[in-house]
Amino acid sequence: MAAFFESKELVKKFGGLTAVNRFDLKIEEGEIVSLIGPNGAGKTTIFNLVTGFYSPDEGAIYFRGHDLVGMSPHQITGLGIARTFQTVRLFLNMTVLENVMVGQHTRGSSGVFGAIFRPPSYRAEEARIRERAEAQLGFFGTRLTGYRHDQPAFMLSYANRRRLEIARAMATEAKLLLLDEPTAGMNPRETQEMTELIGRLRDERGFTILFIEHDMRVVKGVSDRVVVIDYGRQIAEGTYAEVSQDEHVLEAYLGRKTKDAA
Amino acid sequence: MTLDHLKSSLKPGFYAGIVALFISVIGMIETFSNRDIIHGVFSISHTFLVIIALITGYFSATRAQRAGIRQHGIDRRAEVVNAIAGSLIAGFVMGLFLAVLVVVANLINLRPVFVNVTPKLIDLLTFGRPSLAGSIVPLSMFTIVSGLGGALSLFRSDIRRLIVTSLLWFAFAGLISEVIRLSLSRLGVNVARKFVTTRGLTPLGAAVMLALIFAIVYASQRLRDRQRRQPDQSSPARKRAVRFRSWGLIFVLLLVLPWVVGRVPSDVLVLVGIYVLMGFGLNIVVGKAGLLDLGYVAFFAVGAYSTAILTSADQLPNIQLSFWAALPFVIGITGLAGLLIGAPVLRMRGDYLAIVTLGFGEIARFLALSDWFSPVLGGAQGVVKIPNVVIAGIELADPEELYYLIMFFCLITLFISWRLEGSRVGRAWVAMREDEQVAESMGINTIYYKMLAFAMGAMIASLGGAVFAVKLNTVFPFSFSVNVSITVLSLIIIGGIGSIPGVLVGAFALVGLPELLREFDEYRLLLYGVAIIYMMIVRPEGLLPSVRRGRELHEDEMAQDAWGKPAEVIPVPANPELSG
Repeated sequence: MAAFFESKELVKKFGGLTAVNRFDLKIEEGEIVSLIGPNGAGKTTIFNLVTGFYSPDEGAIYFRGHDLVGMSPHQITGLGIARTFQTVRLFLNMTVLENVMVGQHTRGSSGVFGAIFRPPSYRAEEARIRERAEAQLGFFGTRLTGYRHDQPAFMLSYANRRRLEIARAMATEAKLLLLDEPTAGMNPRETQEMTELIGRLRDERGFTILFIEHDMRVVKGVSDRVVVIDYGRQIAEGTYAEVSQDEHVLEAYLGRKTKDAA
Repeated sequence: MTLDHLKSSLKPGFYAGIVALFISVIGMIETFSNRDIIHGVFSISHTFLVIIALITGYFSATRAQRAGIRQHGIDRRAEVVNAIAGSLIAGFVMGLFLAVLVVVANLINLRPVFVNVTPKLIDLLTFGRPSLAGSIVPLSMFTIVSGLGGALSLFRSDIRRLIVTSLLWFAFAGLISEVIRLSLSRLGVNVARKFVTTRGLTPLGAAVMLALIFAIVYASQRLRDRQRRQPDQSSPARKRAVRFRSWGLIFVLLLVLPWVVGRVPSDVLVLVGIYVLMGFGLNIVVGKAGLLDLGYVAFFAVGAYSTAILTSADQLPNIQLSFWAALPFVIGITGLAGLLIGAPVLRMRGDYLAIVTLGFGEIARFLALSDWFSPVLGGAQGVVKIPNVVIAGIELADPEELYYLIMFFCLITLFISWRLEGSRVGRAWVAMREDEQVAESMGINTIYYKMLAFAMGAMIASLGGAVFAVKLNTVFPFSFSVNVSITVLSLIIIGGIGSIPGVLVGAFALVGLPELLREFDEYRLLLYGVAIIYMMIVRPEGLLPSVRRGRELHEDEMAQDAWGKPAEVIPVPANPELSG
């Protein structure tokens, strides 16, 4: 049986710079995998390759039996991969609820004629989209519910914007969520909450999660497996405990020990 | 007490002087003097100058007040003095420019360089005393008028609003006095003559008009104030009924409008209607989907030409369909043209898209002109003998009747854009406009939705083209210049992108007024330019904005939005725990 998600020998070059260099990754359904590495190691580039924003120069990406290489981002979303962005990118002038309703786009089919004549099928679909969108927002407790539904997204606080972005990705009804630094810019309490939330996303909603993270408490707290990359190559893989002792990882983060330095 | 702070009044006076001098020298003042607001008393050109002086007075008064407070602290008496003195100074500076013009024109002949500095202009500026001494007239007059503007700043704001609004409406009524005359003369020529002449309102008419406007403005302000003090507590059902009734009233007014105003204004209304229709269409493309299309005229042309060819008795394919039988084909052909043009260009963004569409707009006209297509499209001669529209045996020949056809199309288009607003398609468009990449990653096929917007805009434009063809019964390539695209875009920018009432107001101001007042035509592009620059700086959301669009354009003014800028996101440093 084909793997849930697998990338093989992925290569992406920008001019002379090899951002991703023969990168292999396998994810089983229901896993939480974190992707770590120093700045500029190629983490976000990998996300962009998987979601179709970039096309790889070499290699292949398989997701539930489909080859993703050459597909456009919206097709990949339709297959069941959704992402968030490192710099939160919401539709700031749409309301909170509308943002999440946009996420439901691929799960609807009504077009111009439906919108104009509003047959029962259109109204049923619109009601379903709204209901599901509200359900996603309900996942975050009372933070994004009630009067917040009709507030434009730019009125939200930073942490709530991150949550809304996740809700929007959830609304695509994806199988695999790619979260790009979900706790960046959050205070310790919010970070703790987000860590729990990532766990709940799998346990309660059944998402498989691949996330990029710099905060090691989060990585330690929630990941089943940690993948460390540097210069676009995987340098270590395993549980947090294994990885944090790995010689290559220490070297990538802290630099090489030189014997005659002292 | 130093008078340093009054220096702040020099600047507004200086600017106003330059503007007044400019519009005098380019001939605007003289052109507009042929039409009066009040017959024989006050011409439109005087109105222009007076409005400039009033605004100058008002601004310089408030500037002087503020400067005075900064230097000497708050003192009510001094504020009044500052306001009056400041506005008088500004008015004097402004008047000085025109006075100098009068003096110079008296001493040397300026006409070899400034063709428009005619004796008549000098006559106008000096109220009939074109001698050297006459230069005192603009000087004193603008000083006084500007002083009045300054005095205006001292009134309570609600009274000031009442005066200003009434005067503006009065000026507007004077501008469209021709329409008033034509509609009144349906009651009887003698009645009309008492109130309005071909040049403008009579003094009696002006008095009646001013009183009427004042009463209406006063009543509506009182009503609004009362509503603000005690918000409407009635049930939603009742509110809806009230709204329904007021829309019904507007609808009935629109229905009887052509029969009130008569033939010539109805003709203008039809043209305005065509532009309203295209405004709605372009609003979908630019306002909803965010695609800047400068070649919208191409679809207008395709609509007009395909209507012409399918219905004309005189054209090569000789199909001679009726208007209604041809209409589905017209819409289909233009929609197809939209897809055809859209397919290659929609991968471009922003400025590039604008340039390429601009090119396509011109190509459409050249194709219509070309010899190659002339057997079918008629070349420069165009297509003639397009039959009138027939509905249920009634031939729509007069503009009063055609008005209903265009109104019908406008209502349909309005309904469609209203229904799309909150739908799945509408959300996809807005998402795409906000952030194309993210929209794509949310599963929206952006190419498809761009094409959809483009094709829908094209189909709506084709309706405008079809009406245009049957209105004139002929179609010429010269009707489809780039000016049409620019006018449609300008009217939605000035009215407010994405706003429906904005399109109506914009179309009336940019298409209706120049048709009613032929004098405007000469300075049309100048006025468009001024209006658009002003709008872009002061009100980028337009006169009657849609809520969302207004927010988008004032984004950086909103303190809460500081988070939105990616640069300010602080990355969390890697945790040193790893080393342990």
